[in-house]
Amino acid sequence: MAEIAVSPAPDLTDVDELARIQRQNRRENLGRMWFKFSRNPLSVIGLLMVIAIILLAIFAEFVTPFPDHVRPFTDFVNAKKPPGGEYLLGTDQFGRDILSRIVFGFRFSLLMAVVVLTLVVPVGVTLGMVAGYFQGTIIDTIIMRITDIFLSVPPLILALAIASVLTPNLTNSMIAVSLMWWPWYARLVYGLSSALRTEYFVSSAETIGARTPHILFREILPNMISPIFTKMSLDVGWVIIIGSMLSFLGLGVQEPQPGLGTMVAKGSDYLPTGQWWMAIFPALAIVVVVLGFNLLGDGLRDLFSAEEV
Amino acid sequence: MNFLNVEELQRLFLFLLRRIFQSIFVLFGLSILIFLLSRVLPGDPARMALGARAPQETIQRLRDEMHLDEPLLQQYQIWFTNALGGDLGDSLRTRRPVVDDIVEFLPASMELVLLAGVISAIGGITLGTLSARHKDSWIDNLVRVISYMGVVTPAFVVAIIFLTFFTTAEFGLDLFPPIGRLSSGFEPPPRVTGLYTVDSLLAGQFDTFVNALHHLILPSLALALGSLSQEARITRSTMSDNLTRDYIAAERALGIPERTVTGKFLLKPSLIPTVSIFGLDFAANLSNAFLVEVIFNWPGISRYATTAMLYKDLNAIAAVILILGVTFIVVNILVDLVVGILDPRIRLRGARSD
Repeated sequence: MAEIAVSPAPDLTDVDELARIQRQNRRENLGRMWFKFSRNPLSVIGLLMVIAIILLAIFAEFVTPFPDHVRPFTDFVNAKKPPGGEYLLGTDQFGRDILSRIVFGFRFSLLMAVVVLTLVVPVGVTLGMVAGYFQGTIIDTIIMRITDIFLSVPPLILALAIASVLTPNLTNSMIAVSLMWWPWYARLVYGLSSALRTEYFVSSAETIGARTPHILFREILPNMISPIFTKMSLDVGWVIIIGSMLSFLGLGVQEPQPGLGTMVAKGSDYLPTGQWWMAIFPALAIVVVVLGFNLLGDGLRDLFSAEEV
Repeated sequence: MNFLNVEELQRLFLFLLRRIFQSIFVLFGLSILIFLLSRVLPGDPARMALGARAPQETIQRLRDEMHLDEPLLQQYQIWFTNALGGDLGDSLRTRRPVVDDIVEFLPASMELVLLAGVISAIGGITLGTLSARHKDSWIDNLVRVISYMGVVTPAFVVAIIFLTFFTTAEFGLDLFPPIGRLSSGFEPPPRVTGLYTVDSLLAGQFDTFVNALHHLILPSLALALGSLSQEARITRSTMSDNLTRDYIAAERALGIPERTVTGKFLLKPSLIPTVSIFGLDFAANLSNAFLVEVIFNWPGISRYATTAMLYKDLNAIAAVILILGVTFIVVNILVDLVVGILDPRIRLRGARSD
């Protein structure tokens, strides 16, 4: 971070004073970043959508009209009610409120994204960073050729194949998506770190005898944080799409739990008989989530000028 | 297009050779990955295929047939040699050679993906050009909003939206048939390519052609929307970058008509990134077709694979992934080649170092 000259000249021997100046600089930087971010109305809309979805997902029990409709529940009197009145988005074939189920569906979608990214980012980043730093050696070749193999097949197909040989449930669909997602981080970080390894601060650290872990995690990694962070915020949307595709095919969230993809799949059975609301609202909910995270991610990309993501 | 001389052709050939060599390595790795997937993961493949209540002798027979009691390395060797000879085993569900199943179902998917490719290329380039030429006007803004929505909406959601609005009577827009490749009462045309639209034209059955096309439009449009949007966005951005270049201003100053400037001198260099994206999207659409085919009940390879996955038919799963992987890699090589021909800079650099 850029140091800003503060007048009158501070006493640089005073540790407390130094810490205070650092805090102040950090606050000013954050303020400047927020100003830049907030100039783009689309990014702000994205941020608000994401916050709203996260809050809805956390407090689903308290904000939905029928929280018990996400557990085994049947009310055939009110089954297949069209949207409007007591049931804002209608009810499904068991008489369960679709709005409530969508809000709880957000929870599973976000859970999937969080778990997958927490598993995938450290692995992909470490592998890509090591391969990039040791570019041209056998380590680079081994790691990146394996990455190439994973990237040679469309991600959905590999995830489907893995999920299909395991027992179909939420946990296994997370495992399946994680197994095919890390190479994307490895490739991104490989490019970044192989460029950084020739920088002066890296060669200086090598000259004074810093150990490899120090160079990797203290010198190179901090300089890659913004592109990684940007990619993560964009990936939330894509992970949610893949998750909903798996659950659409019956390989993810299982009934009676409300996965957005599961709801679309079950609802589409009732399209020919005229109950159009059962499939379309969960489908639109997927679009809303992905749109929110993409607007936010695009805003962050502009903010950090991370074009390589 | 610039004339390719002998030296450049040689370079191109070397470049191609290099890419093919790399791809063979990747394919070999992919085959190991797929094999491990279908063998090492928990559970007995034979029991999974036959169900929990199958008698022990039947399971043992299938295990022998699949060489499951051999050491792993030997199993891979058998599987790999067979795969090289075009034998990917029998489907554990249909009990037919998987290759036969794939040959039967692949054309339906190809028909879908090809039409989607055509739609997305024409639509994407048109919209992108329109957007760039009328930059910051309402046309530009409209195209940008539509293409952004198109990028974030997955194909299966588009399919559901289309199915809801254009096939059910609820909204008075039931213009298209909801499922399948042909209406009942129509016989599939005699098989030449397996693409119903092409075969029916070849056989001179015009009614069948119209009916097949009518069934084809909605699913391929659903599939095309994402890549169309992506191509429109990339065409717009490269073209509006190139519009500010000096050579365009020079051409205009020379009095060359605007139509010639945009249509000829601007379009070609602006299409290079679009071609790359088109190739990637085309290959990716083979996997996006998975859910679209399920939704439109389209008897293609993706629906075949989905059924195989639900029945844990490991031979079929492995074969489909391998076929799709090969297609993906081949399309990527073709794209590199086309881009290389279009862009002399990449052609020259590619042969030297990459």
